[in-house]
Amino acid sequence: MAVEMRIALRNYGKIDPLKIDEYISLGGYAALKKACAMDKAELIDQVKKSNLRGRGGAGFNCGQKWAFASKADADQKYVICNADEGEPGTYKDRLIMENDPQTLIEGMAICAYAIGATKGYIYCRGEYPQVVAILKAAIAQAREKGILGGFDLEVRMGAGAYVCGEETALIESIEGNRGEPRFKPPYPPVSGLWQKPTIVNNVETFAVIPVIVEKGSEWFAAIGDPAYPGTKVLTLTGDINQRTFFEVPTDTKLNEVIYELGGGIPGGKKFKAVQVGGTSGAFIPENKLDTAIAFDKMAAIDATLGSGAVFVLDETRDLVDVSTRIARFFEHESCGKCAPCREGTMRMYDLMEKINAGEGSPADVALLNKLGRVMSYACLCGLGQAAPAPVLSTIKNFAADYNAKFK
Amino acid sequence: MINITIDGIKTSVPEGSTILQAAATVGINIPTLCYHPDQAVKANCRVCVCEVEGNRLLQAACSQPVAEGMNIKTRSPKVIEARKTILELILSHHPQDCLNCIRNGNCELQDLAAEYIIRDNPFELKIRDLEKDFSTPSLFRDPAKCILCRRCVDACNVIQTVGALGLEKRGCEAMVVPTLGGSLLDSPCVMCGQCIHACPVGAIGEVENIDELLAAIADPDVVVVTQIAPAVRLALGEEIGMETGELPMDVFVAGLRQVGFDYVLHTNFTADLTILEEGNELLKRLTTGGTLPMFTSCSPGWINFCESFYPDLLDNLSTCKSPQQMFGSLVKTYWADKMGIPAKKIFSVSIMPCTAKKYEASRPEMNSSGYRDVDIVLTTREVGKLLRLTGIDFKRLAPSPFDSWMGAYTGAAVIFGATGGVMEAALRTVYEVVTKKELEDVNFQFARGFEGIKEAEIDLDGTKVKVAIAHSLANARKLMDQVRAGESPYHFIEIMACPGGCIGGGGQPITKANAKRIERIKAIYEEDQALAMRKSHLNPEVKVLYDEFLHEPLGHKSHELLHTHYHAKDKKAF
Repeated sequence: MAVEMRIALRNYGKIDPLKIDEYISLGGYAALKKACAMDKAELIDQVKKSNLRGRGGAGFNCGQKWAFASKADADQKYVICNADEGEPGTYKDRLIMENDPQTLIEGMAICAYAIGATKGYIYCRGEYPQVVAILKAAIAQAREKGILGGFDLEVRMGAGAYVCGEETALIESIEGNRGEPRFKPPYPPVSGLWQKPTIVNNVETFAVIPVIVEKGSEWFAAIGDPAYPGTKVLTLTGDINQRTFFEVPTDTKLNEVIYELGGGIPGGKKFKAVQVGGTSGAFIPENKLDTAIAFDKMAAIDATLGSGAVFVLDETRDLVDVSTRIARFFEHESCGKCAPCREGTMRMYDLMEKINAGEGSPADVALLNKLGRVMSYACLCGLGQAAPAPVLSTIKNFAADYNAKFK
Repeated sequence: MINITIDGIKTSVPEGSTILQAAATVGINIPTLCYHPDQAVKANCRVCVCEVEGNRLLQAACSQPVAEGMNIKTRSPKVIEARKTILELILSHHPQDCLNCIRNGNCELQDLAAEYIIRDNPFELKIRDLEKDFSTPSLFRDPAKCILCRRCVDACNVIQTVGALGLEKRGCEAMVVPTLGGSLLDSPCVMCGQCIHACPVGAIGEVENIDELLAAIADPDVVVVTQIAPAVRLALGEEIGMETGELPMDVFVAGLRQVGFDYVLHTNFTADLTILEEGNELLKRLTTGGTLPMFTSCSPGWINFCESFYPDLLDNLSTCKSPQQMFGSLVKTYWADKMGIPAKKIFSVSIMPCTAKKYEASRPEMNSSGYRDVDIVLTTREVGKLLRLTGIDFKRLAPSPFDSWMGAYTGAAVIFGATGGVMEAALRTVYEVVTKKELEDVNFQFARGFEGIKEAEIDLDGTKVKVAIAHSLANARKLMDQVRAGESPYHFIEIMACPGGCIGGGGQPITKANAKRIERIKAIYEEDQALAMRKSHLNPEVKVLYDEFLHEPLGHKSHELLHTHYHAKDKKAF
């Protein structure tokens, strides 16, 4: 039985996001106060022990990241919130920022204290100007109340590049350069914004930090899947009755999400596939739906939890056509820096267009498989590495759709 | 030291080494394309990817530092397949134009395609419909051939700080374009040609003037005369299968006669002349309150840079023309008269290590002889092509001396080709003029070497002169900003646009690393060392020139033929 559990969205609908006093009346900023009285190493250890893993898609242990930045020796450190939310079908971060911006600010302030940073940025996608307005107002209120102490926070806007959701491309963008990823190592906690130690975390990750500090690491670690504990905000789109959002423990299963929370497929149609994690996620067939959404459980079925987007498709959907549109998205969004992605996303789209138009052959599919495989381990950043995944998963799991299109 | 295993070989390398560096220590050569030893690591071509045990992702050897116990495979089947696929991707988006391409036979992409045995490319050939840019007389761009390695962008923006090249658009539409998106001529380009050395393929090259030369040679009514710059000979050997410095000067002259030149003369003659004129100009400024510091003016890339970015400091430039242009105005006046050849029959060629010289020769004011002083400029690379065209065996060719009246030179002229050489040559003469004493040790060691900015205080028997030397325009900028701020302590500054000076010029054999520039610099000073005459004012033909024609340095005739003026660049870019 799937039940919602709201941690990131605990204040959703309960407060006016533009009234900081309402956030405080529900216990807001008590965690920051508690954190600032703690030993920094102890605070970081708590976050580490909670086993909170990044909610942006990469799933790296949050506390571990903070520990690297804390250890690094520098005259200036930065905290960045990745609010680029570029993954199509995802709007969880918008939900948090529009309805409870202070939890994000509090989470960032706690991080700043922990690692010794005095400056922070929220990088918000350019397509969310109304969110930016809310964030700016919220920051002004927090500053006025004197809550943030010496932590100086500002909002920066993106300008329509999916690739700027990649943390180093985001950093480059803040620096005023082309939004293109850097090679790693060095990693941002060691050398990030202006080559200084930088923490980049997702909105949802920061949003749960105050609760972890308040209620303790053990409480959080006990929720959901032990390897990827806590909750995840899922946004449901596509052929699903409940096209809305849910926050659920991470041991919730996909079939529970789709049929219980989601209310199943409309119009009495049969389920065909679900793409979880956004546009770079794999298409999961029906026989794999008995899988928990936790990061490692998804990896075991060659899928990713990613951003938590849940895009459902019914039996009438042509997956070759869907994959072709996805290939076009990646061709458009590739930054162009590295050869295998710049050229590879273009070729993937060309080949998919050819197949989709009925001009393709098994040789084209074989080429897609090889190209996708090489891209997945040779490209410079996650965009190129993940771009082939949806195409490769449909080729593997839905061969019939492709066979139907061959010449 | 870090212990690693690479292709089964166990070795230890210093901490901080990349896989690429570690591999080189054990003789393993990992292929690269965007990597450049003198630029920041880019890791964008992904050709150098290797397998690292325990990691699903392949790691770029150029950027990945080694770690204790790392087990690396540089040519496993997974790696070979990845490299081949990446090359196929690049090649299928690249014009299959090798036979017509300026880099045919000297192209990094060709080399890799051969090494990786590219046969039937599975990707459909797509060529970008981008026009070639021949807007400048010096350089052309063929953007369809660009593989987006960005080495040219680094050369122009970081090493030269000119900012004429940048990136536009995103993804598969990304392109390297001239700044402001127009032609190269509209951009801040100073035509130094360092981008050519950086480019692994034929996306940038020099505008070739070989056809004009061959037409002039074929015309029985035309007398084809050439000058040769000091930095050419030692590098030219590299174009015909010899070592740097190996081609003897008199064999080179013989080779040029085989190509069809009627007379072979030397820019070194006018380099010595330049020292006489410029040395006296400096002394005049020092003693009569002229504009100081005075900058040298023989590097046209530098002149373009000054006119572009420091038009307020044009009065600091020496009014002396470059040796090339001094030569040009004399060959159709003084030399033509002495030889009894009508000036209008002379086709004046200049063989240079430089691309900006093609522009310099075309400047409207460079016609003091009454004709265009230098008709065409050929780069070292173009002459290499001409020599290969003759099919001569240079090891067996009988040597031939220079022709007269403008062929004699001293070691001071030879060192013009290296950064610091003009300064040293000037000091060898200025010392004797000011102190009236003989300079016993002509070697000014401070002026030599690859250090970006060199400086010294020279004691001329009580008179102290502070001098500075800069090569590459990033270093020039540092000295210029100081001058503009009124904080420059110097009296005389030598500036060369190209790293290493002319030996690293845009027209030289494709120079892949500063190590080669340093090797050429060594050859220059060895050549100087071997000469009996090493002071410009001792050049006997220069003495004849003054006696018979010019009469005195900075005199009326000199001003008419050997001096020039500058103007701020009139471009939208500024």
